[in-house]
Amino acid sequence: MFFLNHIWIIPLLPALGAALMFFFGRKLSKSAVSFFCVGLVVVAFVFSCLTVLQYTGWAAAHNHQPFEKIVYTWLGSDTSNLGYLTHSGRAADFHVDAGFLLDPLSAIWLLFVTGVGMLIHIYSIGYMAHEGGYYRFFGYMNLFMFTMLTLVLGNNYVMLFVGWEGVGLCSYLLIGFYFLKKSATNAANKAFIVNRIGDAGFLLGMFTIAWYLGSFRFTQITEVARSGRLSTGDPTITLACLLLFVGACGKSAQVPLYVWLPDAMEGPTPVSALIHAATMVTAGVYMVARSNALFVLAPEAMKTVAIIGAVTAIFAASIGLVQNDIKRVLAYSTVSQLGYMFLALGVGAFAAGVFHVFTHAFFKALLFLGAGSVIHALSSEQDMRHMGALVHKIPTTFKTMLIATLAIAGIFPFAGFFSKDEILWQAWSADNGAYRALWYIGYATAFMTAFYMFRLMYLTFWSPSRVEHEVEHHIHESPKSMTIPLIVLAFFSLFAGFLGWPHSLKGSNRFEKFLEPVFAREATQFDKSGKEAQLAAAKKEEEHANPTEYFLMILSLGAAFAGWGLAKRSYGKAAEGYTEPIAATAPPAYRVLYNKWYVDEAYDYLFTGRRKLGPVRLGAMGAGEAAWAVDANFVDGGVNGAGWTTRALAKLSVWWDTWIIDGLLVNGIAYSTRPLSWLTRMIQWGLVQWYALVMVAGILGFVLYYIFR
Amino acid sequence: MIQAVDYIRVLPEIVLTLFGVAIMMVEGALPPRASRKPLGWLAFVGTLAALAATVYQAGYPGMAFFGMVRVDSFSIFFHFLIAFIAALVVLSSFEYLDAQQIRGGEYYGLILFGAVGMVLMSSAVELVLIFIALEISSISTYVLAGFRRRAPSSIESSIKYFLLGSFATAFFLYGVALIFGATGSTRIYMIAETIQGGKHSAMVFTAVALMFVGIGFKIAAAPFHVWTPDVYEGAPAPVVGLMSTAPKAAAFAVLLRIFFAAATPGWFWPVWISAALSMTLGNISALVQDNVKRLLAYSSIAHAGYLLVAFAAARDIGISAAMFYTAAYALMNVGAFAVVSHFASAGERYVTLEDYAGLGRRSPVLAATLTIFLLSLIGIPITGGFFAKFYVFSAALKSNLVWLVIIAVVNSAIAAYYYLRIIVLMYMRDAREPAPTVQNVSAPLGVALALTVAATIYLGVLPGRVLDYASRGAALLVR
Repeated sequence: MFFLNHIWIIPLLPALGAALMFFFGRKLSKSAVSFFCVGLVVVAFVFSCLTVLQYTGWAAAHNHQPFEKIVYTWLGSDTSNLGYLTHSGRAADFHVDAGFLLDPLSAIWLLFVTGVGMLIHIYSIGYMAHEGGYYRFFGYMNLFMFTMLTLVLGNNYVMLFVGWEGVGLCSYLLIGFYFLKKSATNAANKAFIVNRIGDAGFLLGMFTIAWYLGSFRFTQITEVARSGRLSTGDPTITLACLLLFVGACGKSAQVPLYVWLPDAMEGPTPVSALIHAATMVTAGVYMVARSNALFVLAPEAMKTVAIIGAVTAIFAASIGLVQNDIKRVLAYSTVSQLGYMFLALGVGAFAAGVFHVFTHAFFKALLFLGAGSVIHALSSEQDMRHMGALVHKIPTTFKTMLIATLAIAGIFPFAGFFSKDEILWQAWSADNGAYRALWYIGYATAFMTAFYMFRLMYLTFWSPSRVEHEVEHHIHESPKSMTIPLIVLAFFSLFAGFLGWPHSLKGSNRFEKFLEPVFAREATQFDKSGKEAQLAAAKKEEEHANPTEYFLMILSLGAAFAGWGLAKRSYGKAAEGYTEPIAATAPPAYRVLYNKWYVDEAYDYLFTGRRKLGPVRLGAMGAGEAAWAVDANFVDGGVNGAGWTTRALAKLSVWWDTWIIDGLLVNGIAYSTRPLSWLTRMIQWGLVQWYALVMVAGILGFVLYYIFR
Repeated sequence: MIQAVDYIRVLPEIVLTLFGVAIMMVEGALPPRASRKPLGWLAFVGTLAALAATVYQAGYPGMAFFGMVRVDSFSIFFHFLIAFIAALVVLSSFEYLDAQQIRGGEYYGLILFGAVGMVLMSSAVELVLIFIALEISSISTYVLAGFRRRAPSSIESSIKYFLLGSFATAFFLYGVALIFGATGSTRIYMIAETIQGGKHSAMVFTAVALMFVGIGFKIAAAPFHVWTPDVYEGAPAPVVGLMSTAPKAAAFAVLLRIFFAAATPGWFWPVWISAALSMTLGNISALVQDNVKRLLAYSSIAHAGYLLVAFAAARDIGISAAMFYTAAYALMNVGAFAVVSHFASAGERYVTLEDYAGLGRRSPVLAATLTIFLLSLIGIPITGGFFAKFYVFSAALKSNLVWLVIIAVVNSAIAAYYYLRIIVLMYMRDAREPAPTVQNVSAPLGVALALTVAATIYLGVLPGRVLDYASRGAALLVR
């Protein structure tokens, strides 16, 4: 039980690294920096593995309950009456613990956050070797690990929120890592501001829950939600879930708040891999999955989640089809895959969504790290129009990236096949086909995914070289510290899917079994309305060998291969000045896609107000201008008036002090008594008498108050 | 009957007295030119012993000496706080006395004797004993205020403090006499019984008002605050650190006992007005100060006002909020004055705001330390000052004192200006030429600063435990 009882040490390990970097980083050598920062993350990973191992043993003996460790009461106390009134008029204690929760859901996040985090830290040793601010980079990265682990392990919404804001901060710091570059700082600001919108929703959702259910703690909320006292479709729960989902949209880059993620690629590539692909952006998925007991009570919110997820999936994929920056393709791909995850959550297949998070963490991190390796090889070239024929020059990078591509395209037996297929199957069959329209969207997205990913592969590795001459000479495979993480990730991209080998293929889907206590166990115990979605999902999984499921599998494999084939035909021989097939067949569509559906421009017109709509400026800047006008004309008058009054009062008080107290009363008395020269010394104490007089005035005031009241 | 346990219930007082007497005797035996540092260490050990005695005493709650002294969580809370403050002040005095070339060993003795009075104030439940304790603490601080004998301002400070202090205690004594006349007792719990029974005569009201004057003087609440800036400006900086915190804490304890344990009537509006006045006068006057000690003097008047808000809020939440506030305020203020006393140098030369310009660059650690205290005084989160204000304001809101809270919040905003001004000066202005030299911080002072910073942050991050203890004390007071 040692590790389980000391679970709080896990986030503190990287926090220690961050603190070291903050205080001493400047003075440490690069090797010392890597030793501490990477070493601590490795320790955290080992610690996490042992903790989860211990948990599985503990859980088997405790009816698969979540394990909670409350270290201390953080806010509120039992005696201080820091209460608030809940919706039902009951007084609730405002009580937040520094508490940790370990259940299968957080265990999965814990493992892949520390595991992938560790690999990316190792990778960064090589990647950042020649960059300035080495200690700053690792300090931020460790800080990120600390906050992400707080987010994942917290046992209540407030802890989750602390981690949530923390990862947001680290994301901001790391996107703007090259802070001398204007575009990087802009991207950092954009990420931070867009996330604020989501955070506002999250906060409101969190407080709605606390107000309605009287607690911030997950286990208590889940208990209330599953007690059957709340009815399905309860409007307050629906509102709370929708607000939480606004938060998830911000953090996990869903329509309409996804715009920050593609720009976030301004950060160093390991950051894109760790924060903006594998871990932080899945926090929204985690939060929704963590709130699953509430979401199943709110079918309307679930529907919203599913629809937004599907729309995001296809929308981002469509943009990804025509981008030329290798990291941007991957960024849109991430947004699109996150859409898949929310689609799964929305149709009630929580385990499938989490499974996709899990496999996606490996292959997307691998893709980004591979892209980083390509960029590293090509002396910082990111434009795929200037790549090509790298297949033999950087063979390790190529092989590992190919595995990742096969995985994301959903080709059997790579990891993505299992998770994506599970989602598509759930979308097809959930609620007796009520969501079938979303399946079509998901299916089309699968085709697009295969296409843009193989487009990336062909343009980068197989097509004839379009690399500039100067760069050509310097092409080299990356150092060991970079390739080894690639190989490890490739291993998992290949095999991680086996954990969720479906029943229909004579597997046992151990992944879902593992998660059952979080999503389905309670549902079988309390067979109340609203739990049916969960039950159905679990039941369907056990219907062996549904012929439709086989058919769908073959269909999606077909889509993957079709995408591959189309990409090969279009880009297999892409020489200098090749044409995009979409640009050739439908130029307007190409322009729209290339310009990302003009969403940024639209936001500029409508929300930020950076662009004027004719003579009018809308959005934040418009509001700013309007406010400025009001401010300049009305408020400033008031402010200046108030300021002037305060100054005048202060002046008056000084004047009073100087002339009346010091002057008239003190000096006045002093001067007036000057003729009595022997008294002059004593007169200095006139001040004291005045003081005493003030006190007498005070006491007289009070006594008079008592007499005449 | 006096039993052995009675002595345990005044153990910290006994310990402090013994150490104080020992210091006076050793002082006489030391050659005139010898260093007085050993006396300081003796005093420090004395305060530690008093802390230990307090912890020991906590196991023996109850009345002692014919119901004149009462040991409960409430008094333990203040005993601990006062002994802790005394220890910190002793630690921060070593270097100061060296720098000012003050060679009076009785300095340390007086701190301990003062502490005896303050500790006794917080556990005495008999008004005449309270008065005697009040005098013990006052007389020590009168003398300590004049310890920079060569500086006229210090003498002035001492004499003013003495004259006005005597004046104020006279009111207090008069109040005691009147309440004895009205209720026939000077024991707080017996007064409570008499008062709860019958109608309140004008005599009782007048007595309450008079006692409030006496204590109001001690805590520097308006309109009995006028002495504060002059006295703080002249007195030695570590002594100001002491007298702006420990006697105040003790006086608050007395006031809490009189108002709540004795259940005296009619103090609500005077306290309300005094709170509003103290906050407003303190903060607005502080805006235009350019002497740091004067500025902190006005700040302490303002803080007395916030504290009185908690009094007005009443009930156990108000009391526990007041106790928490006392602790948080005491720690950050002792810390701030420790920095000021270090920086002041020989003859307290550097005490204007301008001297602090550029301190952030010349002495980053010292500046950071002061910044933490100032942020806590403003009430920024993760410092004790934040939760102190938070608890006070929320207690007041719960008692529907909306207007008073509005005044308090507006005042906090005003106050932020002058505290931040120091921070801005330290970090964003260049030092004037020639820049004041900053000596290295000596080990004892370093320990004192580290302790105060740690305590301030502790109260800001984990306020629960202290607040819980305070609530337990508060629950005993309101019956």
